[in-house]
Amino acid sequence: MKARCFGAIVGIGELKPVRRTQGATTLGFIGEAVRMAVADAGLDKDSIDGLLVGPQVGETPQHVPATVAEYLGIRPSMANVVDLGGASGAGMVWRATAAIAMGMCDAVVCVLANVREADPPRSPNRNPIREFDVPFGASGANVSYALSMRRHMAEFGSTPEQFARIAVLARRNAQLNPNAIFYGQPATIEDVLGSAIIASPLHMLEIVMPVAGGAALVVVSSERARSLKHPPVHLLGAGEKITHRAISQAPSLTSGPLKAAIQKALAHAGVKVTDMSLLSLYDCYTIMVGLTLEDAGLCEAGRFGHWMNDHSFDHEGDFPLNTHGGQLGCGQADLAGGMTHIVEAVLQLRHEAGQRQIPNAQMALVTGNGATISEATALVLGADA
Amino acid sequence: MHEQVYQSLMTPGPIPNAISEPFWSAARRNELALQRCEQCSQWFFYPRAHCPHCWSERISWHKASGQGVIKTFSVIHRPSHPAWLPAAPYVLALIELAEGPTMLSQLTGDRVVGAKIGQSVSLRCVPVGDFILPFFEPI
Repeated sequence: MKARCFGAIVGIGELKPVRRTQGATTLGFIGEAVRMAVADAGLDKDSIDGLLVGPQVGETPQHVPATVAEYLGIRPSMANVVDLGGASGAGMVWRATAAIAMGMCDAVVCVLANVREADPPRSPNRNPIREFDVPFGASGANVSYALSMRRHMAEFGSTPEQFARIAVLARRNAQLNPNAIFYGQPATIEDVLGSAIIASPLHMLEIVMPVAGGAALVVVSSERARSLKHPPVHLLGAGEKITHRAISQAPSLTSGPLKAAIQKALAHAGVKVTDMSLLSLYDCYTIMVGLTLEDAGLCEAGRFGHWMNDHSFDHEGDFPLNTHGGQLGCGQADLAGGMTHIVEAVLQLRHEAGQRQIPNAQMALVTGNGATISEATALVLGADA
Repeated sequence: MHEQVYQSLMTPGPIPNAISEPFWSAARRNELALQRCEQCSQWFFYPRAHCPHCWSERISWHKASGQGVIKTFSVIHRPSHPAWLPAAPYVLALIELAEGPTMLSQLTGDRVVGAKIGQSVSLRCVPVGDFILPFFEPI
């Protein structure tokens, strides 16, 4: 592999998702995920000198890095919040490598976690979304993805069956992941189309199941990575794009900022999307996968359904896609949901994915998506040469 | 659409600030007010202190036509906010206004069922709880 290595993921920790928690705290989940990731890297607590965390609605609105560092008993030389919704995990990875390259720190832990207690706090926003979306009955993410999906169907003639197939494939891959929330529960096209319509045209089974969980990563320089316990998984390229916050302000309803982010990440790494052994694509809704396949250039705009008919997506397929089951199969632990796509890429590129191992996995495209198809980060990860 | 249901909703209303207040006071007159930049002549939504196109602060309020077309829509069967449950199912839409900007709103009137992308809509302000919101009626 000729590509330049910008840094490496050397440790991963992931909590098994659960539907509900009782008496758990976000800090407690963060602590557990961090402990697992640092142990996996073969490092000790005192070697962690960088910390990237996510926002914590209703729990720690400000000073999140200091709160988390204090809880963990570490004193980092670099700490920050990455606030890109579902793209936060991917956004953390390149920021960690940039901070290391700058000499700010040597070993960065990136962590996202959330609990699901009864009566979660609602955020007291005072911003344009709160003023111009919420009063009209447009709370939550479902609305925006439903609006995008309807537009895609009208513009391109995409069908409910084509979208449902994405959920079916996710469930199928989840049958090889005992940690997935839908392990043991495959679904058919009929199941998806027979599930309740939540916000038309979105059916319930096209929407991620909210869960509690968390994940952490340890990032170091690629040089240092080669002396550690596991084969390093290198960052070969990254791209990011933010285009809007409210769906009404989106430049397009059928193509998102991932288009630019993926192009940049691939160009950065000097590779093509068809070189990827794994597509680890953010899948909060079926429509998001359709849009991303098109934005990645795997098929023409509007053609994802036709393209998917010609390919297969399990670990032995020609385009392995979300081999862990994606978030549609695993559940979405809020912001940590995006982390699952990175953790799976690391497992595949280390050749530790067990019964769902992709033969000779060399490179993975990981995407993160936040808010209303607004915030996008793409990573190209590669196995050690 | 059931007027009494909407008037009795306890949904979160807008919390206007000094910059956005003209938008909401226009809605109380059954009008749509939009800002236009004096520097680059472009319309924009939502209200701001700066033009998002050229960053000018020379901005003026105007009565807009209240006309637009449906860019996309969704029938909301299970609202994420529990206070909207009594109104469900209701139809949210992105309205591409005749002046150019797009806003999110709710469809109202007799022709909501069967609404289509590309269909023309006209402003119709509706009482929702203690507030008057600019909804749109398919025509």
